[in-house]
Parts: sequence; structure tokens; C-alpha cells
Amino acid sequence: MIKIITHRLFWPVVLLLVLFVVNLVAFPGFFRIEVKDGHLFGSLIDILRNGAPTLIVAIGMTLVIATRGIDLSVGAVGAIAGALACSIILDSPAPGSVTTVVTAVVVSLLVAVVLGLWNGALVSVIGIQPIVATLILMTAGRGVAMLITEGQILTVSSPPFKVLGSGFLLGVPVAVVVAAVIFLAAAMLTRQTALGMLIESIGVNPEASRQAGVRARELLFAVYVFCALCAGIAGLILTANQTAADANNTGLFIELDAILAVVIGGTSLIGGRYSLLGTLVGALVIQTLVTTVYTVGIPPITTMVFKAAVVVAVCLLQSPATGAAIRRWRLRHLARADRQAVA
Amino acid sequence: MSAVAPVVEMTGISIAFPPVQALEGVDFRLYPGEVCSLMGENGAGKSTLIKALTGVYPIDAGQILVAGRQVSFSGPGQAQEAGISTVYQEVNLLPNLTVAENIMLGREPRGWAGIDGRAMRRHSRELLRGLNLDVDPGSLLGSHSLAVQQLVSIARAIDIQAKVLVLDEPTSSLDSDEVEELFRVIRSLKESGVAILFVSHFLDQVYEISDRLTVLRNGRLVGDYRTDELLRIELVHKMIGKEMAVLDQIERRTQTADADQELKPHVQAVGLGRKGSIEPIDLTIYEGEVVGLAGLLGSGRTELGRILSGVDRSDTGTLAVHGRTRRFRSPRAALKQRVAYSSENRRAEGIVGDLTIRDNIVLALQSDRGWFRRIPRRRQDELTASYIDALNIRPDNPDALVRNLSGGNQQKVLLARWLATAPRLLILDEPTRGIDIGAKAEIQKLVADLADNGMSVLFISAELEEVLRLSHRVVVLRDRRKVADLDNDDLSVSDLLSVIADGTAPEEVTA
Amino acid sequence: MAVTLAARAGSRSRDVLDVVRRPLISPKYGPVLITALLLVSMFVIGGIRYTGFASPQVVINLLVDNAYLIVLAVGMTFVILTGGIDLSVGAVVALSTMIAAAMLAGGWPPVVVIPLILVITSFLGLLVGLMIQVFGVQPFIATLAAMFLARGLCYLISNRSISIEDPFFVAMAQTPVPLVGTLTISPSAILAMVVVLIAFFVLHRTRFGRTVYALGGSESSALLMGLPVARTKVLVYVVSGFCSGLAGLLFSFYTLSGYSLTAIGTELDAIAAVVIGGTLLTGGFGFVWGSVLGVLVLGTIQTIITFEGTLSSWWTKIFIGGLLLVFIILQRLLTARRQ
Repeated sequence: MIKIITHRLFWPVVLLLVLFVVNLVAFPGFFRIEVKDGHLFGSLIDILRNGAPTLIVAIGMTLVIATRGIDLSVGAVGAIAGALACSIILDSPAPGSVTTVVTAVVVSLLVAVVLGLWNGALVSVIGIQPIVATLILMTAGRGVAMLITEGQILTVSSPPFKVLGSGFLLGVPVAVVVAAVIFLAAAMLTRQTALGMLIESIGVNPEASRQAGVRARELLFAVYVFCALCAGIAGLILTANQTAADANNTGLFIELDAILAVVIGGTSLIGGRYSLLGTLVGALVIQTLVTTVYTVGIPPITTMVFKAAVVVAVCLLQSPATGAAIRRWRLRHLARADRQAVA
Repeated sequence: MSAVAPVVEMTGISIAFPPVQALEGVDFRLYPGEVCSLMGENGAGKSTLIKALTGVYPIDAGQILVAGRQVSFSGPGQAQEAGISTVYQEVNLLPNLTVAENIMLGREPRGWAGIDGRAMRRHSRELLRGLNLDVDPGSLLGSHSLAVQQLVSIARAIDIQAKVLVLDEPTSSLDSDEVEELFRVIRSLKESGVAILFVSHFLDQVYEISDRLTVLRNGRLVGDYRTDELLRIELVHKMIGKEMAVLDQIERRTQTADADQELKPHVQAVGLGRKGSIEPIDLTIYEGEVVGLAGLLGSGRTELGRILSGVDRSDTGTLAVHGRTRRFRSPRAALKQRVAYSSENRRAEGIVGDLTIRDNIVLALQSDRGWFRRIPRRRQDELTASYIDALNIRPDNPDALVRNLSGGNQQKVLLARWLATAPRLLILDEPTRGIDIGAKAEIQKLVADLADNGMSVLFISAELEEVLRLSHRVVVLRDRRKVADLDNDDLSVSDLLSVIADGTAPEEVTA
Repeated sequence: MAVTLAARAGSRSRDVLDVVRRPLISPKYGPVLITALLLVSMFVIGGIRYTGFASPQVVINLLVDNAYLIVLAVGMTFVILTGGIDLSVGAVVALSTMIAAAMLAGGWPPVVVIPLILVITSFLGLLVGLMIQVFGVQPFIATLAAMFLARGLCYLISNRSISIEDPFFVAMAQTPVPLVGTLTISPSAILAMVVVLIAFFVLHRTRFGRTVYALGGSESSALLMGLPVARTKVLVYVVSGFCSGLAGLLFSFYTLSGYSLTAIGTELDAIAAVVIGGTLLTGGFGFVWGSVLGVLVLGTIQTIITFEGTLSSWWTKIFIGGLLLVFIILQRLLTARRQ
């Protein structure tokens, strides 16, 4: 029993269930999923769709954090990707054509990869601390995004592009499909190959890994590129949803939500062992929280306070001090039971 | 014992770090004006006892009296206030502050304008002069050598005007002149009534300076003896008990004087060096040979091992493996040539604590295969099971996290990792440090067997008996230079010691 | 023997080049000196390129416009010196302005409002410090939570801007304090400099300050040396909270309004200022004066862009990003050399 309670994912899952219950009480139709025009609708679907960009970023963030790093630039990278895509679509002679959209997407993601290489180079070649290295792109990146949009909000009307944000594939929202694909790809790529263990190794003990011949430099490049790619994809989804590129606001604070999702999911910021499943739960917790606030009728501006409360609660519960207190309580409880049995 | 009341009286001390019982019912006393040495193998409980006395660990049972009053320390600050001053094994000072600040931290002289920097430096200079140390008190501590840093931490401990001075391995970075200086200070402190707890694995130093010996073994008190009443051999017996017999079972290895056997050179280093850590050295290691590397701490043994295996980069000289020149720019490059290095600092540079035994063992092998060609799970299990068996790794659960293992078992896991890469040259840096006798014997036997099967081994150890037991040849380093290259033809420990001490070998030196 | 020890400790060479070079490559003083050089050279270049750039009033205006950021950077310096970080400062600034504006509009006098705000923000810092010390939560996450909380509380108070009309605040905003000749400075700027002086005294002349540096050097060593590690670790966050509150007040003097969407990203400006000012993010090395210089550098970039006229404001972000990069690389080179 104690093993379940002290499992990393216990409290986050409990939290998720509590939130579901609250939602159910406030809105009995919470779990109902309908099929309209061959598309799935419902509160749960909304949670999945709205939480997809955060989840995608969080997946990339999980691997970076596992290497003892962090990537604060994901919001900026997403903004750049969105701005670039919109700018290409607007400048093309046929904004509504699928080819244009595909080109825009590919180019934006290539740029995202380059930005990931930039972060990777700063961290693994020059040896700059990840928080600072990515802070640089976070600061300058928004400026670059504004440069691309020339300070305006670029609105596009391009049906193929809109699909990315609000379309459906086999009845499921496209954003959710993309998130699922990325999740599965990351999970398989890291656990079916040696990548997962090697990433954890450099996160737990970089020097020991080096002496064992692990190619830390290339691995670091890989995780930062993957994270930037995820950020780019998320940025595209967000932009497509708005059908507008807003260099200042697209993906604002998404890095914080992503980091929160990772931490709630049990991966430690110190690096080492990570859990993609944990990140999934964490992202769901955050999105469900946001939805709960709406459903229950609390003013949405209080969302931030709730997020703060959730983070604090999870961190306190996961802290070693709490674990020790639970163990002490349990020992005392057992001792008391023993004494009573003897008496 | 003396009729004076003890200044520190610890009774019935028990401390457990589940599942290990580090100390059980230990009694310990320190008397004023006396130097007492705490003796015991690694794992005997010495540093646990010290940390209980200095307030780092809380005790589960027992009581501590200081100057007759019962105390219960909730932190090192309180122990310091109670008059216990400590110099720890690793220099626990702050490299980013100045020498003077480190000496006086927490006790800085204050004036109307806050901390008086000038008074601090003046006081520090006098203190350092008392230790015959000529160092600028305003310089950054981190800019000095480890030996100087150690002396500064001793200066700090002395300055605190304590009733009790605890010195945990204070001489590990010092040369013989500095050790004499330290002993001079200890003797004068003794005269002024300070009780001194001296912990060292250098038996000669222990016998030179201490009045009394307290021996621990496996967390229990073995006994309390006056130094002049206990022979060294008796002391060693008490420290390691009847396990000594196990060591004698390993055959002493000597060079077979078989002139016909043409040994093939495996690794040849010519003028290999690295600025600031080791002077250019020539060294040839033959196939199937165990070469022991002996010398004091700081003589460059580890540094040599590291540049031979690419962990550090050399800046002069050449290295040839089987006749072909190689440049090892990284451990990875060396591993590709089947040269493996097992670090002496297994915690910081060896084990990946949060990963399982299985992951730790296959790590180097997997890195070599790349990211995508994962070693099949079945093969991983086979490999892990066979090494757990061969090296007697406990617990024998391949999914156990390595950080929960004892030091000896961690070392075995590390060894398994390198052995799994089937190296042709294995460089072992202090592989038996901090390990119980049984495990020591196992590892030594393993090394001997590997050499018999054609592997070359460079065996670095501070324990000269161990070096002599295993090596065909012994290379001696002093002050970062090679001073001798001796065939192990009935060499004795005192022979080696005299080479280390003043560079003269009783026999012919083969360079 | 004594001579050998001294020789090993590092001999001193006396040639001129060394005297100039050594402070620059010292990990303690190097980064700050380089920042100072940068600031001076920016002014020289600016003075040559634009008329009226290198005038004293422009320099003083840097202090006036960035008084709040200076106070923020001071608080952030304390935290970063111990190896931590505080992401909540921007949100707390906004919170302070909101509380001030709301209470003043509700008729409370400044003599109540101002101390109350400082108490509230210091208390928030205390909570954060306790979370970090007692529960072992990473500073990044703990202060992130505080940021969410503070920002959320802002929205709770009001999501529109509330203007401040209280006479004291207005006076603080608009009264110029005469200096030499025709130069004037604002009370906020003077207050900011007082804060810097106090911080300097605390960090270098009190045991608390020395413990702050010690924590950045090695927490475990500091503990073994008997220093009050737990207390100090919590206190630095209280200091940061206090400075954030004070900075918020200075900001409200400047803008004469409370707005919950203000100061977004300001924590990054504070961190950038501290880093550019030479404080290592890993802790243990740095000076408050450096952080002040860092703020001035950021302000100068802004001023240059204003003078340039044709550059759009988003170039500021790019420049700051680039400058940050240069400084980080410099710091990396300096500390790498030490090994």
C-alpha cells in the first residue's frame, strides 16, 4: 500500500480524479461524448484538444529536463514558427492551396530545428548553463518573431492551415492526433532504443557517462532539437487555431505550463529518470484545472491562482520531507497498533 | 587510563541508516591533553561516530556528554559552540571566498562599520605564520593547492579555541614536511589541554602522534588501548579480525624469470604528460602483465591513469597501442581501443546512482553500440546475471538501484561495466578502497585471473601490500615523476617505501 | 619548507601587463570590470554618434527611469548569489502596484499602504523560502508558483488599470530633486541608490552577507562550518520579496497607476541585469554594484535605440539577447581558465 502512495504518479492521478469529480458535479454531462458530423465532441475532447499544444511542448521539455537542462525558449520558438508560416502563406500567390501550407509548415519546422541546434550548441559545445542559454533565445526570439511579422498581427485565411488547429482526422481533433503521434514517437524512440537510458545516464551523472563513452554532446543536441521541434509544432497549432500570428502573445507562458506538467508528472528538475507518462498526466491535470475553473463558473482570471495552488500542493506532497513524515506516521501508527494488540 | 575526567564521553551510541546499522552501542571517550586515534577499516563506523560527535548526524540511542554536561546537537554549529572544532576529510571550505574569510567565517571581528576586513586579514596572517604557511590572506582560497587548503582548514579549526579538535584524515594531501609541522602544532595544543581526535589510515603517523587508540569494527567497539602497549600487528588484527587469513590465500605474484618468453608490448607511452598534473613519462605495459603504480597521494598516479585512458587529454608525448600511434581525446576513443579506466572516485565519476545494476553494467557496452542498436533485453539479463554471480554482487537483484548498494558492491558493479567491454588494458584506480576484506580478496583474485588470461592491468593503489601481491612490475611515482620501474622480484613494502621516500631503490632500477 | 609552500601557492610576477590582466581574468572581479568597460564604451560610441547623448542628464535619467529595476536587481542578486533564482519578481511588482492603487483609491493613507505592501511581499518571500528550505522544492518551481499566485491575485483585484491620485505618490513622481546646476534627479532614484548602499554593506560587512556568499560557494561546507544555512536561505527570499515590493512602489510612483498586466517579463530583465553585471548564476561570485551596472547597460541600450529613432522596439529584445550571450560566453571563459 505504501508503495502506491509513495509512487511518483499517485498524487497527480488523485488530483486528476478529484478534478474530474468536481467537473462532474458542476456539469453532469462532463463525461458525455457525442458524435456530430462524424466528429467527436464533448468536454473531455475539449480538454484534450486545448491541452495538446502544452502536452507537445511538455514532451520535448521532459527529455531536456532529464538531461539536467531546461528550455525556456519554447514559447519564442513557437511564436517564430507561427509567424514564419503565416508570413509565407500570406506572401504566396495561392494561400489556400495545400502545397503552400505544406511548404510553410516544413520551412517553419526546419527553422525550429535550427533554433534547437543553436540551443544545443550553446549548452553542449560552449557549456553554458541551459537556463541562461535558452533565456537568450527566449528574449531575442520574441524580437525575431516581431521582426518577421513587422510588428503586426498577421491574419491568414487558409482552410488547409486552419485544419491544423481546428480540424478533425477520423473524428478526432487534429491537434490531439498530432500530440498522440508525438507522444508515441517519443516513447518508442526512447524506450525501444538505448536513447532513454543514455539520456537518463547523462542526467544522473554526466561525468560517469562521459567516462563510460556516452556521446553526451550529440545527445544534448538531439534533445534540444527535439524540444524546439515540439515547440514549433505547438506554435503552428496555436497559430492555426487563431488563424493569426501574434508574435508577442503566441505561446506566452507555455514554457511555464510545460515545466509544470513535467514536474507534476514526477520528473525531477535535477535531471535523470523521467516519465513521459507522468508528463501526460501532468499536462492533463493542468488542462483539466483550467477547464474546471470555467465549468464551475469561477472567473477565469483566477486560473493562475489555482495553478499556483496545484503546483504547491503537488510539490509539497512529492517532497522528501513529506515522504519522511508519512513514514514516521506509519511507524508510529503500527507501533500503537502493536501495543493495543498486546494489551 | 588517566585519572582526569574525560572532556567528551559518548556512551551506548547507536545509529542506523536502514538497513545498515552503522554504530551499535559504542562507548568512546576523549581526555584533555591527549591525542586519541580512532581506528578501523572503512565501514567500521569511524566517520559516523565523528559525525555524531560533531553534530552532523543525530543519534538513535545513547548519550553524549561534553565537559560533564549532556548535549544533543541539532547541527554542526551547536557542536562548534560546545567547543568541538573539526577538520574534515575533504576540504570543507569555500573556494570562492578569501583565505582570511574562510578562517574567520562566522567569527569575524566587527567594528562600527561592520566586519573589519583588515583586522581579519591581520589575524589570519598571524595564525598562518604559526603554521609556517606563507599565504596571502586576501587571496581566493580556490587559487591554492589542495595541501594549502587543507592547512587553512586546520588553521581555522585551531583558531576556534576549542576544547576538542577533531582531525579526520588531515594529512592525506600533505607532504612529510607539512605533516611534521602539523604534528608540532598538535603537540603544543596537547600541552595546553586540548583533547585531540586524530583519524588516519597512515599507521606510522598514528603511532607517532597518538597516546591512545580506540578500535571499531563493523559498527562495534573492539577496545581502547594505549598506543605504547599495542603492537602494530595486533592493531591490524583487531581492525580486520580473522578475515586476514583470507588475504593470505592469494598467491603472491612474482615475476617468472623465464628469459625465453618474449612478452609483447601492448601499450607504450613515450614522454606522455599533461601540464600541471604529470610530467612526461615513459611507460610500457606488456600483454598479460599487471603493472602496479605506487606512490603517495598527489604523486600523479591517478593523473597518469587518466591520460593513458583519455579521461584527461595529454599535451606532450605519444601513446602507441600494439605499435600504432593513437591519440585519446576522450574516454570514448580509448574504449574503442579497448582501454578502460575505472575511476577512484566511484561516487562522482563511476556509478550512475539512479539507474539499475543492469543499466550500470551495460552502460559502456551500449554507448559503444550507439543509440539505436539496443542490446537485446535477454542479452542484457544474461550479462548482468553472469557478473552478479562472478563478482558476488549483493543484492543480486538486477533492478536494484546502484545508489542503494554498499561501497564494495558499487565497486563491483563498476568493475563489471568495464569487464563487459572486454578491455585489453584495464586501468584500475583504487579499486579496493573502502571495501571490506572479503570483497577486497575477491577483486584481487579477479585481477590476477584476468592477467593470466592475457589482459594487461595497470593497478593503482595506496596499499603497498596489495600492489606487491598482484603486480609483475611496480612503477613508482613521486611528485608527478616516474622515479622507478622495478620487477617484482621479492620486493617488500619497506623497499617500496624507501623508493617513495627518497627515490633510491635497493635493487637495480629498470627504467 | 615555508618557502616551498609559498612558491606552491602561486608566485607573483610584477610586470605591468600582468597587473592589468590579472583583475580581468580573476573570476571574482573580471566580469564586473568588463561590464564597466562595456558601459563606458557604449557611452563613448553613443556620444560620438548622437548629439546630446553623453550629457549628464541622460546618465541621470538612466537612473531615474530604471530606479525600480535597480531595486529588483539588488534583491535578485541576493538570491542568485546563493545559487537560487526568483521568477516571481515581476508579478510581485505588478501586485504591489495593484494593491497600492486599489487601497489608495479606497481612501487608505500612504502611511498605511506603503508598509503594508512591504509586509505582504516580504511574507510572500518568506513562504517561498520555507517551501524551498523545508520542503526541498527547487527554487525555479517555488518562485514560479509564487509568480502564478501573485499574478492571479492581481487579476482578482482588478483587470483594468486603476490610476493613482494620492498627493504623496504624485509628489514622489513629479518632484524633481535638484543636483548640481540644472541637473535634477527623482526621489525614487535616490531611494534606489540608498538601497544599493545598504545592500553593499549587508553583503560585505555583515555575517549574514558572508553566509550568502558561502551558500553560493558550497552549501554543504557552509553547513559543516557551522553557519546558519537554513535561516539564511529563507532570508534571501524574504529580501527578494521586500525588494520586489519596494520596486513595485517605485514603479507606481513612476506610472501613477496599478495594472495587473504590467511588468510581464520583468523578472527576466532583472536576471539579465544581474548576469550582465557579472554575478554567476551558479552563485558565490558577484557584486551588487555589478547588478547596478547591468541595469544601466540595459537602460543604455534602450536609450540608444530611442536616439537612433529608426529602429523598431523589438530590436531591443534582440540586442539584449545578444549582449546576454556575449557576457555568458565571457563568464564561461573566465571560469574555465581557473581550472
